[in-house]
Amino acid sequence: MSMKRRDFLKIAGISSILSVGAKIAEATHPTWIAGPDPKQLEPNKQALTAKRWAMVVDMKKFRTEADTLKVIDACHRAHNVPDFRTADGKVDKKLEVKWIWQAGYERAFPGQDNKYMSDQLRKMPFLVLCNHCDNPPCVRVCPTQATYKIKGGITMQDMHRCIGCRFCMAGCPYGARSFNWVDPQRAANLDVKKGGKLNTEYPMRTKGVVEKCTFCTERLQNGKMPACVEAAPKGALLFGDLDDPGSEIRKIVTTRYTIRRKPDLGTGPAIYYLIGGSDHA
Amino acid sequence: MRLYNGGLIITGIVVFLALATFPFTYNIGKANAKPDIKLEPAIKKSEELFGKKQCVEPKEWMRREHMVLLNHWRDAVVRDENRGYLRKDTGARFNMSLQNECMQCHSSKKNFCDQCHNYIAVKPFCWDCHIAPTEKEEAGS
Repeated sequence: MSMKRRDFLKIAGISSILSVGAKIAEATHPTWIAGPDPKQLEPNKQALTAKRWAMVVDMKKFRTEADTLKVIDACHRAHNVPDFRTADGKVDKKLEVKWIWQAGYERAFPGQDNKYMSDQLRKMPFLVLCNHCDNPPCVRVCPTQATYKIKGGITMQDMHRCIGCRFCMAGCPYGARSFNWVDPQRAANLDVKKGGKLNTEYPMRTKGVVEKCTFCTERLQNGKMPACVEAAPKGALLFGDLDDPGSEIRKIVTTRYTIRRKPDLGTGPAIYYLIGGSDHA
Repeated sequence: MRLYNGGLIITGIVVFLALATFPFTYNIGKANAKPDIKLEPAIKKSEELFGKKQCVEPKEWMRREHMVLLNHWRDAVVRDENRGYLRKDTGARFNMSLQNECMQCHSSKKNFCDQCHNYIAVKPFCWDCHIAPTEKEEAGS
């Protein structure tokens, strides 16, 4: 085999450049690509765990609208949810972000209303939130796996990975997902310069991502019940393991008549509503 | 040897060199001054916790790998519901959280993050969402 002097010089030159480049890259780039040893990761011991988290909303325990608003406020404060208002002080429906909110009977349970139902029931402010479905359409349509199921049946949202395509919002039959059309830090309740208050233990979001209720995953992992459950009147929101035959919510769901939102869609919602009748057993 | 149109060529070269090196000559002594790294306000909490200043991993390692560490932390917390990190050599336990752990000791984003990031012109998007600790006014500055 013979090689021209010119070719030899070319190869020698390129390989020496590459070796210097590799040295520079080696010296300046992080190398810990493999990440931590699994032994270095340890879940919190006080974390609350369940096979299937679910919630029972006992509408009888919400006496006044103030009770409902208190719950919504507690959730939205805990998670730095922006509260956009128009100039006249009303909620700006175009920019609204909601994790938990209230809806009338016909909105919450369409198809289950009738002409002669009482006004009291029709106008009852039902607390609605993400249903953390067994078979969530949002997870199926998400192109980046930014929304996914975690242990306990919670439908989780990874704001880092969300690209803001809003397929999940089209997929969700409950309207439980909101898009950040503008930087949420512009909302008066989050803008510190305008007297806003932040929960510094939880992040905000940025423009262009979708957000929703996460069943307070961060609180469960630290051994606390969800913010809404803590803020609600005693027994109005019950949170527990539906898979555990001994749990309180399992007993209620078994012994009492509960309804869920749009169960005929086959999504398997995990929020159960108790509407009337006596106090639960 | 004779250079045709020498005047034009040399002027051209000088003008070209002046333009091409302008970004460097313009910035001499300005932006390229290495940051004089200040880590105040001082690291407090870890002293209370461990009796000495102790970070998640050794200082030199952190300087080089912190961005990868933060990515792994994020994935562990958000996707695998894992909140505890054990330091490799001592096994000390840390809560994997930027706002609730890192910034508790390193309580100034301006001094701890921005000095170097600005110097090397990297713009991580941590703080688009995460809330930086309130900067305390330093006396005399």
